[in-house]
Amino acid sequence: MEANNRWFIAVTVLLALLLAVMPLPYNWLWFRPSFTALLVIFWITRMPQSLGVGFAWMVGILEDLVTGSVLGTHALALAVLAYFSLLTYQRTRAFNPAQQLMWVFILVGINQVVGNWVHGLAGKPVPGLTFLWPAITSALLWPWMAPWLGLMAGRLQVR
Amino acid sequence: MLGLVAAALIVINIYTDWLQPLRERVTGLVSPFYWITDTPDRVGNWAGEQLRSREELLEENSRLKRQVLLLEQRSQLLASVKAENTQLKELMNSADSVDERVLVAQIIGVSPDPLEHVLVIDKGRDDGVGLGTPIMDASGLLGQVIEAGDSSSRVLLITDASHAIPVQVLRNSVRAVAEGTGDLYRLKLRHLANTSDIREGDLLLSSGLGGRFPAGYPVGEVISVRRDPGHAFAEAEVQPRGRMNRSRFVLAVIEERDTAQGNDRERDLGSE
Repeated sequence: MEANNRWFIAVTVLLALLLAVMPLPYNWLWFRPSFTALLVIFWITRMPQSLGVGFAWMVGILEDLVTGSVLGTHALALAVLAYFSLLTYQRTRAFNPAQQLMWVFILVGINQVVGNWVHGLAGKPVPGLTFLWPAITSALLWPWMAPWLGLMAGRLQVR
Repeated sequence: MLGLVAAALIVINIYTDWLQPLRERVTGLVSPFYWITDTPDRVGNWAGEQLRSREELLEENSRLKRQVLLLEQRSQLLASVKAENTQLKELMNSADSVDERVLVAQIIGVSPDPLEHVLVIDKGRDDGVGLGTPIMDASGLLGQVIEAGDSSSRVLLITDASHAIPVQVLRNSVRAVAEGTGDLYRLKLRHLANTSDIREGDLLLSSGLGGRFPAGYPVGEVISVRRDPGHAFAEAEVQPRGRMNRSRFVLAVIEERDTAQGNDRERDLGSE
């Protein structure tokens, strides 16, 4: 069997996890984009035949362990996100950049809503709609990240 | 299906502590992540130290020397007071003399979740840090260890919304419970009796009730008291003494009791 360079996926996931715990000034924490959510959308839209909800779930569990959040929070959120990405990957590919940006905003927003629900369950104060900020920053990051990642994946022939 | 597994994990995690041992194991495994992301900061500090001018160093040196002199004088005073205190306690037949060892730890990470005031420090069970070990900085209490790995631990700050600490006013020993608010600069005393004698500017110390924090460490200062005849209780706002998001080095206060008692304490904390 030919090399399919899947290791690149693992590398991007590791990078996303590092960025997820990168120390930031306290007031900026509210705006940290959800890098793992972006990655899950990207990889599932690119290779929906081989990656799916299970992949997203694994990434989510890893993120839970690394960030020390309630175990399962990110796993659940990313699994839901992956399900929607799988349903709509054909449309996501056909969208123009502006539409993609909006769509990523909605997908990451769903991801954030699930996370916020778990926060509420765990008895943490849920302050208004601030939990949607990462959806906005993630969406704004998408037009930079997706082409670059796509280029890398194309060069390395990740399949 | 996987969603269900995740949901089950969430429920188990929130409502039981079955996953605590696993989480402590993992705390050790993921500390490299925090170590790596902390690198730019560390390099910055190192560069700052290396590139300091001679004059600055000399000035700092003399300032520190003055400070050491002052502190030494104070600690001499403290020694005599301590001896006196021990003697008085012996007279009263009180056996409550706990030796405390203080360990300097470095903060290597903060929780990425702004709703959660958690720090990661670079000391763990190997260094004697355990579940419930109080953490402080030079000016006051910061929090307590909630997950202790082998060489790193996670510390819940007293300002986290899920945290509360029993306190006592220095001036008159009125007791209260200071709750975290989720704001890094505020604690709250709720359910104070309307007639209780607490004023602006009062210093709050940990009272040692509840057995988790040692008694007598500064927690915060009362900045406002709200007495509303329409409400059953008065409320006070407290500014924490410890610098929650400024410190880089923190102190872990490790109590050295005889082992049997220590184990008991460990078990008590674990079952909470």
